[in-house]
Formats: sequence, structure tokens, C-alpha cells
Amino acid sequence: MSARDQVLGAIRRSLKRGALSGEARAAVEAHLREHPVNIVPARTAGTHEDRVRLLEQWAAFNHATTARVVAADVPGAVSDYLASNNLPARVVMAPDPALDHYDWNSRPMLERRRGLPEDADRVTVTGALAGVAETGTLVFASGPEHPTSLNLLPETHVVVLREADVVGPLEEVFTRLRARYGEGVMPRTVNTVTGPSRTGDVEQQLELGAHGPRRLHILIVRD
Amino acid sequence: MQSTAHAFKDNVEHALVDDNLQQSLALLKVGFSERRRQAVERLPEFEALRDRARDIKNHALAHLDFYLETFEAKVLALGGHVHWAPTAEDARHIILDICREAGARTVAKSKSMIAEEIALNNHLEAAGIEPVETDLGEYIIQLRREPPSHIIAPAVHLTKDQVADTFLEHHRKLGFDKRLSERGDLVAEARQVLRRRFQEADVGITGANFLVAETGSSMLVTNEGNADLSNTLPRVHIVLASIEKVIPTLEDAATLLRVLARSATGQEWSSYTTFNTGPRRPGDPDGPAQYHVVLLDNGRSGVLGTQMQDMLRCIRCGACMNHCPVYGAVGGHAYGWVYPGPIGAVLTPQLIGVEEAGNLPNASTFCGRCESVCPVRIPLPKLMRHWREREFERHLTPASIRQGLAMWAFLACRPALYRRVTGIANRVLALFGRVAGRYGWLPLAGGWTRYRDFPAPQRGGTFHAQWRARGGARR
Repeated sequence: MSARDQVLGAIRRSLKRGALSGEARAAVEAHLREHPVNIVPARTAGTHEDRVRLLEQWAAFNHATTARVVAADVPGAVSDYLASNNLPARVVMAPDPALDHYDWNSRPMLERRRGLPEDADRVTVTGALAGVAETGTLVFASGPEHPTSLNLLPETHVVVLREADVVGPLEEVFTRLRARYGEGVMPRTVNTVTGPSRTGDVEQQLELGAHGPRRLHILIVRD
Repeated sequence: MQSTAHAFKDNVEHALVDDNLQQSLALLKVGFSERRRQAVERLPEFEALRDRARDIKNHALAHLDFYLETFEAKVLALGGHVHWAPTAEDARHIILDICREAGARTVAKSKSMIAEEIALNNHLEAAGIEPVETDLGEYIIQLRREPPSHIIAPAVHLTKDQVADTFLEHHRKLGFDKRLSERGDLVAEARQVLRRRFQEADVGITGANFLVAETGSSMLVTNEGNADLSNTLPRVHIVLASIEKVIPTLEDAATLLRVLARSATGQEWSSYTTFNTGPRRPGDPDGPAQYHVVLLDNGRSGVLGTQMQDMLRCIRCGACMNHCPVYGAVGGHAYGWVYPGPIGAVLTPQLIGVEEAGNLPNASTFCGRCESVCPVRIPLPKLMRHWREREFERHLTPASIRQGLAMWAFLACRPALYRRVTGIANRVLALFGRVAGRYGWLPLAGGWTRYRDFPAPQRGGTFHAQWRARGGARR
């Protein structure tokens, strides 16, 4: 008997039944197909502006920083953020066509490279699939336009989040993922990131920048 | 890992006089539990979410075979591999074979309790493959060759100075020859050292907080981002998960996540919550070329359908130990195996036998705090009582306790005699203890009074006597 049959057989013996069939099977298949929403926190209700404010509030709570900008000011906001944190004006950017909407040439001193991060890269600029107001969380989906390592390796991550991509609860992210990739289909990696990397492993005291970014800055772009 | 659960009482004696440990445990009592309380206060839906989380896990367990098969089919369709491991030994062989096939010399590991359960590191080392723990706490204890003392904060028993000494000893050969005194510097040095190890690693091994049947995703929750580096940089990603981790849908995951971080660390959400689904896709610039999931049973299927099934709901948040007076007094190592605290007192006898671990379910005051904070409402005191009964049935309880219980049972079945004997005992005890209000030593109770004082009875006689004196109703 295969190891698989051994484990599944042991489970069925304990549950005192054979493989699911008939109505019982149809019921769990329907649950997977319909994926009903369970309990959504009331704090995510409200207007879109309420949600953007909620996102700002929870992002700050989780040690991220935010700024609201118009599209024309995105390159300037990136440069200014780097300058105010004494960071070099050099970034590695996701090869995401959505980032081409901004006029990067308006800041010729900002050195840009598209692609994977290297050891020397200190700052990443990426877009985001969504921002979750409920907890101030950013959602990144892997793909040719967004390498996962951009979210992890450099010390500083600047995220350009369109205001229209702010959603209330996490469940709305799943709706967007299903709309983009199909029912039951996910990209290789979906990172949900809430504030910078941190650890409490030394005397339970918070330290930022354990393995991932030490700083997370969110530019919320007005539509 | 070699169990010392049978030596619980000796372990406790050492723990109680270990100053560094006691200093660390004092921090724990105010840290995690206070932060959890605040997080719960911020979310009015928390209690309703706990009910829903319990129901989701119960539903998943009742249909475990179906959801595992669905999960497997999804992973296979994406070009991933699923391996079934009935025993710990099977899982070790499977993982070693994958590592050998990949020509692995070093493995980046993200903290996994299942890996501790199957003693994976020893096995890899014996085969000449170096496992590198990348969670900071787990890395510290790996350098010190110690087991974890907490399921989410493995180095919680150590002070900053102990960490500084450990780093100096092990990092000197890498060119870090300064003894550090600031926490931030210790974290930064570990980041630098481990970044190199990530880049060298051929294989990344992670656990999984949940497996989602709907999409075939394995989910990881961390604060450091180490799990994400472990599953992004190496060529091969191995997920080691036990069978009860599977849940139906993404929406069900959302509910469980809402209670997980709040119960564990009092955070609203962990810094990194990641869904991994299959290997790198065509066109992806990074991610592993191979994706393996090892599904470990190791006795869990036998718990289904029994009175003990509730323990399989556990989502490993650690709230029960953070709120346990026994854990808070002795720390995690005293429990002698992988899982400490109340959940350890319930899981350990199941996984390695009540003969070895019978002491653990007895190490409880039955105050019930563990059950009152458990995000999936596991009735931990009830399960511990169950193990005590098993132990008694199998005649594993020491003779002195059995005789004492028999004597008590004899009296308790004879109410008139019981009242007379307790009345006399009460008066005698009161006579000798009234001045101090407590006893430092009592005949037949030396085991108890060795560690704490026994309170003297207050004036006014037994409860029964007072009830009668005040005209309480009789039946």
C-alpha cells in the first residue's frame, strides 16, 4: 500500500466512513466553489475615503510611513523621501508597466534600474496589487512585472499604491486575485506585508529590519 | 529530539533556580499576554471570530481526506510535488532524498515545529548537509545547541547578554570580533551573517501555518521575513506540514489569520503573511524551480474521531503557554520535548506516549486560563484530565498517589464519615498553624510543602459546618 493510501485510509478509518460521496461530497465541493465570506470586521465599512484613512492609521500603527500624492508628484516624493532619510538617490524598480505612468524623467538625478535587486541595492520601488485598510497591509503578487525578492532584500521599500487599489478587508483582495488569475488560481507568491520586517526574539523587545526591509514607505496616489 | 519529559520534576528543580531563565520569564508575563489583551479590545468581533475559527477547523478535520486530496491535486496540476509521510522517519527520508537529488550542501530553514518534532536537523547533519536556522530566535538556540523553549519565541529563555556572548563566540571566525551590547546591533549582525547563508543555500525548508485546499497554497506567517527569503532564494522549496494544517478556502484563512497574530503576539497582523502556490511560473524572474510539500501524519490520523480530536484544531499561536502559571514559573525546557505549556501537556503524551510524558498533564493548576484564551477554543483542561485518567487506568501513577486517592474516594463516598474526619483535621491543622497562617511542612505532604507553603484553615470550621451553622438549605 502506498504511503498516500496509508494516510488517507487511516483518516477514513478514524472518521468511520469511506471516501466522501454523494450529497456529502457535493456539499464540500460547493463550499470550495462558493468560498463564502465569514466574519468581516465592521471597522472596514465606510466610504472609500474612510478606508484610505484607516489604511494610513494602521500602517502607522505597524511602523510604516505614508504620504498622499498626485501622480505628477510621485518621482519627486520618492526623491525627497530618500534625501530626508540620507539614502542615495539610486533605486531598483519593479519592471511593472504601471510604474511607467509616472514621469521619472522629471527627476533626472534619481538613478533607476529595472529588474532584480542586487547586494548593493539599498532601495526598492514597486507597485502593489492592493492595500488592505483593515490592517494597513500591502499585497504583492509575483510575476514577470514584480519579482518577489524586491519586497524582501533591500533595506528600504517604497511602494506606489493607487488610491483606487485600497480595499477594506482582506476578502476583497481575494476577489481581486480571482478576477485577475481565475477561480482557485494564485500566482506563485502572494506576499501580504504589514510594516517593516521586525523581530522580538531578543528579550521580547521590538527591533525593525530583521531580514526584510527596515523602512516601508507608502505613497498613496490620488486618482 | 530526545525527550526528557519523564524527568519533568528534576527539570523543574533546575528551572526554578536558574536566574537568567527567571529574569526572562518575568518579561514574558507582562509582554505577550498584555499585548494580546489590548489587541482583543481593539477588535469587537474577536469572540465571534474565535467561534468561527473553531468551526472552520472542526469542519476541515471532519473532511480531512477530501481537503488533502483537493490540495494535492492543485499542487500537482501546477507542477509541484506532494509526498505523504505516515511517520517521522518517512518524512526525514523524503526530505533527505530531495536534498540529495538537489545536490544540497546547505539548507536555509525557517522555524518549523514539525521539523523539531521529527528532529530533522540532526538527520540532515548526519548526512553531511548543514541546516541553517534563519528565524533569529531559532538561530540563536541553534548556535547554542539548545532546543526551543517556546513555540513562537524559541529563545525567550535567554537574556540579551547571553545572546551577545553566543554571537561573539560563533561570529568571531566570520570577522565580527566585537562583543555587542545593543539589541539593534545584535539583530543587524545576525542579518548580515544570515543574508550570506540565504544566498548560499541550495534548498529552503519551511513549515506552513495553513494549507489552502481551494488553491493548493501553503501559507507562512512571520515577522522577520525569513520564511520568505527561505522560499524565494533557494532553487528548491520544501514545505513540511502536518496533515491537520489543511483548511478549505482563502476566506477561511482570513478568519484564522484574524485570531492567529492577535493571540500569539498581540499584533493586528504579522509583518509577513505569504501564500506560496507551486514552483516558479514561466516568465517569473525569481522563486524556486522546485516546490515540494511533505504531508506528515505521525499519529494524528489516529486522534481523529476520538475524545482527543480537539487538540488537532491547534494553530500553534502559543497563547496557552503565555497565560499559563506553570509555564510562567518553569519555562519551556522543563517540559522536556518539542511542545511546552498546556498544548504540550496534551500533545506530547499523544505523540510520544503517556508512559514518557505522564508528568506533563499533571503539571497544571487547572486555572483554565489556557482554554479562556485559546483562539480555536480547545478545552485544554479537559484534555489534560483525560490523560490523567489514562495514566491512572494504566497504573502509571505512583503508589503513594493511588493510595491517597483511594483513601479520599473511600471517605468521599461516606458523607457522614467525611464530615467528621475533615472536621477533626480542620481543628488539628488550625491548632498548629494559627499563628503563622501557613505551614512550611506537613506530614504526608512533603512533596507539596517542599516548594510552597500550605495555607492554614481559617476560623469557623469546614464549609459544611459553616453552611449548617448559617442555616443553609439541606437536601
